[in-house]
Amino acid sequence: MKALCLYFQIHQPLRLRRYRFFDIGNDHYYYDDYTNESIMRQVADECYLPANKIILELLKKNKGKFKISYSITGIALDQFEQYAPEVIDSFKELAKTGDVEFLAETYSHSLASLINQDEFVQQVISHSDKIEYFFGSRPTVFRNTEMIYSDEIGEMVAKMGYKAILTEGAKHILGWKSPNYLYCNAINPKLKILMRNYKLSDDISFRFSSEGWKEWPLTSTKLVGWLNEMDDKEDVVNIFMDYETFGEHQKKESGIFEFLAHLPQDVILKSKYKFSTPSEVAAEFQPIAQAHVPNVISWADEERDVSAWLGNKLQNEAFQKLYALRDDVLAVNDDRINKDWKYLQASDHFYYMCTKFASDGDVHSYFNPYSSPYDAFINYMNVVSDFQIRLKALKDGAAVDPKELQHQLIQKDELIAKYEQQLSELKV
Amino acid sequence: MKVLMFGWEFPPHISGGLGTACYGLTKGLAKIDDLDIIFVVPKAHGDEDQSTMSLVGANSVSIQQIQTHVENFKSQHTYLEVESQLIPYNDPDEYYTFRSQDLYGKNKFFKVDKEGKLEFSGKYGADLMEEIYKYAFVASSISADHDHDVIHAHDWLCYPAGIAAKEVSGKPLVIHVHATDFDRSGGNVNPKVFEIEKMGMDAADKIIAVSNLTRNIVIEKYGQNPDKVVTVYNAVEPVSIEEKVKIKRGVKEKVVTFLGRITMQKGPEYFVEAAYQVLKRTNDVRFVMAGSGDLLEQMVDRAAQLGISDKFHFTGFLKGDDVFNMFLLSDVYVMPSVSEPFGISPLEAMQSDVPVIISKQSGVSEILTHAVKVDYWDIDAMADAIYGIVKYDALSKVFKEEGKEEVDNLKWANAAINVHNVYNSAIKLFEPQTKN
Repeated sequence: MKALCLYFQIHQPLRLRRYRFFDIGNDHYYYDDYTNESIMRQVADECYLPANKIILELLKKNKGKFKISYSITGIALDQFEQYAPEVIDSFKELAKTGDVEFLAETYSHSLASLINQDEFVQQVISHSDKIEYFFGSRPTVFRNTEMIYSDEIGEMVAKMGYKAILTEGAKHILGWKSPNYLYCNAINPKLKILMRNYKLSDDISFRFSSEGWKEWPLTSTKLVGWLNEMDDKEDVVNIFMDYETFGEHQKKESGIFEFLAHLPQDVILKSKYKFSTPSEVAAEFQPIAQAHVPNVISWADEERDVSAWLGNKLQNEAFQKLYALRDDVLAVNDDRINKDWKYLQASDHFYYMCTKFASDGDVHSYFNPYSSPYDAFINYMNVVSDFQIRLKALKDGAAVDPKELQHQLIQKDELIAKYEQQLSELKV
Repeated sequence: MKVLMFGWEFPPHISGGLGTACYGLTKGLAKIDDLDIIFVVPKAHGDEDQSTMSLVGANSVSIQQIQTHVENFKSQHTYLEVESQLIPYNDPDEYYTFRSQDLYGKNKFFKVDKEGKLEFSGKYGADLMEEIYKYAFVASSISADHDHDVIHAHDWLCYPAGIAAKEVSGKPLVIHVHATDFDRSGGNVNPKVFEIEKMGMDAADKIIAVSNLTRNIVIEKYGQNPDKVVTVYNAVEPVSIEEKVKIKRGVKEKVVTFLGRITMQKGPEYFVEAAYQVLKRTNDVRFVMAGSGDLLEQMVDRAAQLGISDKFHFTGFLKGDDVFNMFLLSDVYVMPSVSEPFGISPLEAMQSDVPVIISKQSGVSEILTHAVKVDYWDIDAMADAIYGIVKYDALSKVFKEEGKEEVDNLKWANAAINVHNVYNSAIKLFEPQTKN
C-alpha cells in the first residue's frame, strides 16, 4: 500500500523591537513583547487551537489509521509557554493518541547547519531535549530549518543518529525523477530522505483560496482523485507545509478547516493510500536511489536555495558578524547571553534583510515587520553591537559596580517619587 | 523700518538648516532698534516662538481680490505644478512615500476653504511646486495688507513670493541665497529650479549670500552684478547644555559622527570610506551616520560590503533633542560635504564641545580657524584627521577649547547688523528709481 505523509511546520519568529543607536550599551532587552504576544495570541486563536481540536477528533475517530507529524521550533515553544500555554497542552493531547510524530530540528530555527557544525549539533540536541520533555518521546527523524539540505548536512544528521530527513523535492535536484519515492543520502545511505511534493503541498498551502486558479475550489475528493491518478510505482507522497496554512495563511472562511476535516475519511475509504509518519515511511519503504545534492537547497522561493537568507551583502555581513561571536558566547556561558544568542540566530532576522523582490516579493513582504531590508539590517546590527559589548564586558570580568547600581536605583526612586507627587497634584 | 520676510519653515517645524538660520537671524534683527519683522511661512502651527517678530501663516490669510498680474505670473509656470521630481530637499521621512505615489491626476486647482483661505501643508514634498505658487499668490495679498519698507525672501522656494510681493507693494526686494541648485545637485542643475532662482536674483535689488563660495556661484553661474551681491555669514544660537537631560553614554569607544541628509551634496560615501581606513588601524572607535536620504541604502550596502557594520551605525532621521544627544555622544564630527553653501551644523557640534572636520568645499570653512579642513574627496586626509583626534587627547582638547571660544563669538547679532546694512542700501538704491 502506498503512503501519504502529512507533516506540518510550526514556527513563530521572535520579533526584535526598534533598537536604536542610542540604546547600544544602555538597554539590553531586544524583543518586541507587544507584537510577539499579540501575533502569538492571534495565531493561536485562529490556527493552532482550532486546528488541533479538529485533528484530535480525527485522530480519535480514525484510530490508528490517521497519522500526522509536526515539528515545532524551540523559539515557538518558548513563546507558547509565555503567551499561549494552552497550545502546548493541546499538542500534548495529540501526542497521547500515539499517532502523532514530533520531528527534530534546530532550536532557533537557525541557519547554523550552513556555518558551524558544533553549534548546529548543540541546537539540535537542545531541541530534541525539549520535545522529549514536553511530548514524552525523543525524535528519530530530522527536519532542518526551511528544509535546508545538502549531502554534507545529511551526513551530519546521520552521524547524530537520526534515521531520516525531510527536504524539498526541488526540481533542479530531481530533474526527471519523481519526489514520490524514498531516497537516501549520497554519503551515508543509511539516512533516508523524504522529498516534499511541492505541487500538491502548494496547492493546499498557497493556492487553496485563490479563485483565479483553474482547480479552485480544491476539495478533499479532488485531491484524492489526483493521488489515485499517480503512477502505480510511485509509493510515497509527502505533503509538507506550514501549520499556519490552517486558519492563518488560508483563512477560516476559505473552507480550509472543512477540507482538513474531510481529508482523512476520503483518503482512508477512497484511495490506495494509508497515512504514515515519516519514521514509518523510512522503516517500511526501500530507497529507490541516492539523492545527489552537492549544493544547498531549501523549500523557499522559486530558486529553492538559501538566497532568501544569505543572498546579499547585508545578510552575509550580519551572518558572519554574528557567528564570529560564538567562541565568546561559549567562554562567557552566561544564562541571559545564552538565551539572546539562541534568539539572535533565528533565520527570520536574515529573511527580513532579503532584497530580492521579483518573483516572491509578496511572500516576503507578508512575513516582514520592517519597512525595508535596510531597516531590518540596521536594527539587527544595532542589537548585535550591543550583544557584542555585553560579551566583551563579561569576558573582561567587568561586573556591574554595586555602588553604581545602588546609585541608579536611588535616582530612579527619586524620579518615581517626583512623578507620583506631580500626579497627586494634578489629581487635586 | 518694517521688513516683510518670506520663509519656508520656522522652528520647531524644520527639516533642515534653513529654518534654523531664519530663526537665528530674526532673533538677531530683533535686537536692532526700530526694526519690525513680519515673518511669513506657508503654514503656521501656532507653537512657534513669536517673541521677536509677528509670524503670519499663509494658511490663515483670506484671499479676496485676484490681481491679474499675479494670475499671469502663475499661469506662465502652471506646468510646474505636477512636476514631481523637483525636490529642493524634502522631509526625509516623506521620501519613500512620495516616491512611490502616483503624482499625476491630482487636483491641480488650489483648494480654498469656505473662508477663502488656502490650505498649505508646510512640508517639502511632491506638491512643492504647487505650494510655491500658492504661496506667491498669497504673498501678494499679504503684501497689500501689511505695510512694509523692504521685502526679504529666503531661498528659492520663497523667491516667487518675494517677487509677487514686490509687484504689489513696489518696495525693494532682498533675496537671501542659502543654497543654489548647483550645491544640491552637484552641478546637474534642474533647469526649472534654476529658472526660478535666476528670476529671483534678477528681480532682487540686493542679494545676500551665506558665504563667498555661494557669492561666487551667484555671480558666475547666475550672471549677477558683483556689486549687488553681499556675503553675510550665518551664526549659531547659543545653547545651554545644563538645561537638557543628558543621555547616558552606552559605548566605550570614541564616536565619530556624520549628521545630515544622506544625499550626494553631503558626501556620505567619503565618510564611509574614511571610516573603513580608520577601522583598519584601530578598533577603538565607532562611526555613526545620522540622518536619512536617497543614498542611505547605498551607504548601508557599502558598510556591509566593507565588513564594518558592527562598528558603523545608522540612526535614521533624528528629531529635536536626539540631534543634541547625538552631539553629546560624539567625539568627532565630520562634514564631508561636496558643496555646502554654509553649514551650520559644525558650529552646533563645536558648541557641544565636539571637534569638527569639515570639507574645504563648505562656506563655513571660510570663517573657522579651529577645525580640520580637508578636501571632501581626500579620504586619506580625512582618516588621518579622525585618527589623530580620536587617539591624541591633547589634540582633541585644543580643538574643543579653542573651537568653543571661536564659535561663541559667531553671533547672530553681528550677522543681523550686516543684513540691516543691506536693507538700508537696498532702500537707498530704490528710492531715486521710484522718484524718477
